[in-house]
Amino acid sequence: MSETPAAEGFADYKRLEQVAHPQSEIVHFPAHEKLPLDCGASLAPFSIAYQTYGALNAAKSNAVLVCHALTGDQHVANIHPVTGKPGWWETMVGPGKPIDTNRYFVLCANVIGGCMGSTGPSSINPATGRPYGLDFPVITVRDMVRAQARLLDHLNIPDLLCVLGGSMGGMQVLEWASTYKDRVFSAVPVACAARHSSQNIAFHEVGRQAVMADPDWCQGRYLDEGKSPRKGLAVARMAAHITYMSDDALHRKFGRNLQDREKITFGFDADFQVESYLRHQGLSFVDRFDANSYLYITRAMDYFDLAADHGGVLANAFAGTKTRFCLVSFTSDWLFPTEESREIVHALNAVAANVSFVELKTDNGHDSFLLHEPELFDTVRGFLSAGALKRGIAPPEGWLP
Amino acid sequence: MNLNVPPHAVRNADTSRVDLLLIAEMVTSGARVLDIGCGDGTLLRLLAEKRDVDGRGIELSQAGVNSCVARGLSVIQGDADTDLVHYPDLAFDFAILSQTIQATYAPRDVLEQLLRIGKRAVVSFPNFGHWRVRAQLMFGGKMPKTDNLPDRWYDTPNIHLCTIKDFLGLCKDVGAKVERTVALNVYGRKLGVSMPLFAQNLFGEQAVFLLSR
Repeated sequence: MSETPAAEGFADYKRLEQVAHPQSEIVHFPAHEKLPLDCGASLAPFSIAYQTYGALNAAKSNAVLVCHALTGDQHVANIHPVTGKPGWWETMVGPGKPIDTNRYFVLCANVIGGCMGSTGPSSINPATGRPYGLDFPVITVRDMVRAQARLLDHLNIPDLLCVLGGSMGGMQVLEWASTYKDRVFSAVPVACAARHSSQNIAFHEVGRQAVMADPDWCQGRYLDEGKSPRKGLAVARMAAHITYMSDDALHRKFGRNLQDREKITFGFDADFQVESYLRHQGLSFVDRFDANSYLYITRAMDYFDLAADHGGVLANAFAGTKTRFCLVSFTSDWLFPTEESREIVHALNAVAANVSFVELKTDNGHDSFLLHEPELFDTVRGFLSAGALKRGIAPPEGWLP
Repeated sequence: MNLNVPPHAVRNADTSRVDLLLIAEMVTSGARVLDIGCGDGTLLRLLAEKRDVDGRGIELSQAGVNSCVARGLSVIQGDADTDLVHYPDLAFDFAILSQTIQATYAPRDVLEQLLRIGKRAVVSFPNFGHWRVRAQLMFGGKMPKTDNLPDRWYDTPNIHLCTIKDFLGLCKDVGAKVERTVALNVYGRKLGVSMPLFAQNLFGEQAVFLLSR
C-alpha cells in the first residue's frame, strides 16, 4: 500500500495548500477577538474557512447551517479542491435538493482543529512561527460550535432556520440546540448520540495509537521534519471505516471474493476484495487529511457528553427549548445505534419539546447519512419545508403538508 | 346468517371522518396536543387545519412515522404502553388516544398516563357492546368481525376490547371525570344525548370520551 514518493509529496502539497490558502470563503479573527475554549486556553488569532450556497433572504430567515462529520469539511456541495470529487453531501444540498439552495442560504464551516482552512494543528502557531502540532489546545464539540456562532455573528446572521449534521455533525447540532437555544429554529441531528460511548472511544483510541506508532509522526512535529505519518493515518482510517459499515453491507459488497486472482496466494497481499477496498480507503484518506487533526477531532468527539455538562441529566440540556427537532437513525448503524437517538428523544419529551424521530431501515450502517437513502431525503425535505412554512418561506412546488 | 356486511368504501370513510371531526370539535383552538397512535397523521392534519393546534404524534409503525415526518408533522416512533412515561405532567392540553386503547397491553396504565400528561384526555374506541358484535357472538358462536373490527381473532391487534359500560367503569376506577361521552352509530351519526346508557352501549358502534382529572 504505497504511492510513489513524488505522488505522495504532491498530495501533501495540495493538502497543505488548503491549510494556508484554502479555496473557500475565510474569516480571520484578529488576536484581540479570542476564541475561549473549554480547556481553559483560548485561540487567537483564529480563522474559519466556510462555504455558502444559495442566497440569504432580506428577512434573514432562511439560513441553514450544515455541520460536517469527523473527516468531512466545508465542501458540502462543490467539487473538492484536493480530491476533485463532488461534495460530501451533494445528494442532499443543491438546487431542488432536500436542502434546497433555491430557497435556503446554506453554510458549512470547517471545524476548529480541522485541516481545510480553519485554524487547526497544522496551522502556523503565531507564538513560534511553526505549525502548532501538539501545542494546539485540545478542543471540544462545544468549541467548534462556539467558533461557528462567531462566524454567524461576523456574517450578521441572527439565527438559523435549521442546523443539520450527521455523526459528529449531529453532536454539533445537539450542542447548538443546547447552547444557543434562541438561535436555532429547528435541528436535525442524524446518526449521532448525546455522548460518545465507551466502545466508540475505544475505536478512536486504536486510530490515534496507529498514528502515533508511525515513526514519521515524529511526536507530532512531522511538518517541521518534512514528513507525514501516512501509514499510521491510513491504518486508523481503515479501522474506522469498518465501523462506518455494517456486516451485511460488507458481505453484500465483497463477500469472500478474491481481488484480481483465481485463488488465495498463501501470503499477505490483499487477496480479498475487502482488504483491497480498505487499503484504498486508507490511502485516499491520507491524501486529504492531516494526522494531527485526526487526533484532535477524535478527542473532541470522545469528550462529548451533553448530559454531563448539565448536571448529569440530558433533559436539562434542552430545558425551555422552543426548537423543533427531527432525529434520524439507521437500523444497521452499530456505531451510533438507534437507542442513542431514542435517549435523546426521551430527554426532549421530558421537556415537552417539539420532536420528530425517524428510524430508517437500511443495511448501509453509520455511513447511511452520506449515501443515497431516499427516505432520508423525504424526511429532511418534509421537516425543513414544514419549518420554513412557519417562518413564511413558501414550500417547494408539489410538497403539501 | 352472515352479519359480516362487506365494507362499503364511502360509508367507511364517512364514518371515520365523523369520529375524527368529533374529536376535533372537543379540542380547543391553539391547544398543545399529543395524538397517541396517530397512524398516517390524518387527525393531526385535521387538527392543524381546523384548530390550529401545536400537534405531536406517537406512532408504533415506522412506515406511519416516516410518512408523517416527510409531510412535516412532528411524530416519533413509540409505543403507548412504554413511552408516555417520558413526558412531564400536564405537558399537553389534550392527550388523544384514538382507536388505540384496545390495542394496548395495559389500558389502565395508559389511561392514567394520559390523564397525567394531558390536562384533558380524549379516548375513542370501537364499542364491543354493539348489537352486531353481540349478535355475531350469540348467534354465530364466533368472534365478531365488523367494519370497525375487521381482523380475525388470531391476527387482531385488539387485545383489550371493551364496551362503553366497561370503559366508564375504568374511568371510575382511575378517578377520571367524564366530561363528555358521544356514541356514534354504524353510519357515524351521533346518538341522541338523551339516550340511556344501555341503549348507547347497544347501538353505539364507537364511542368518544372527553376526560379530565
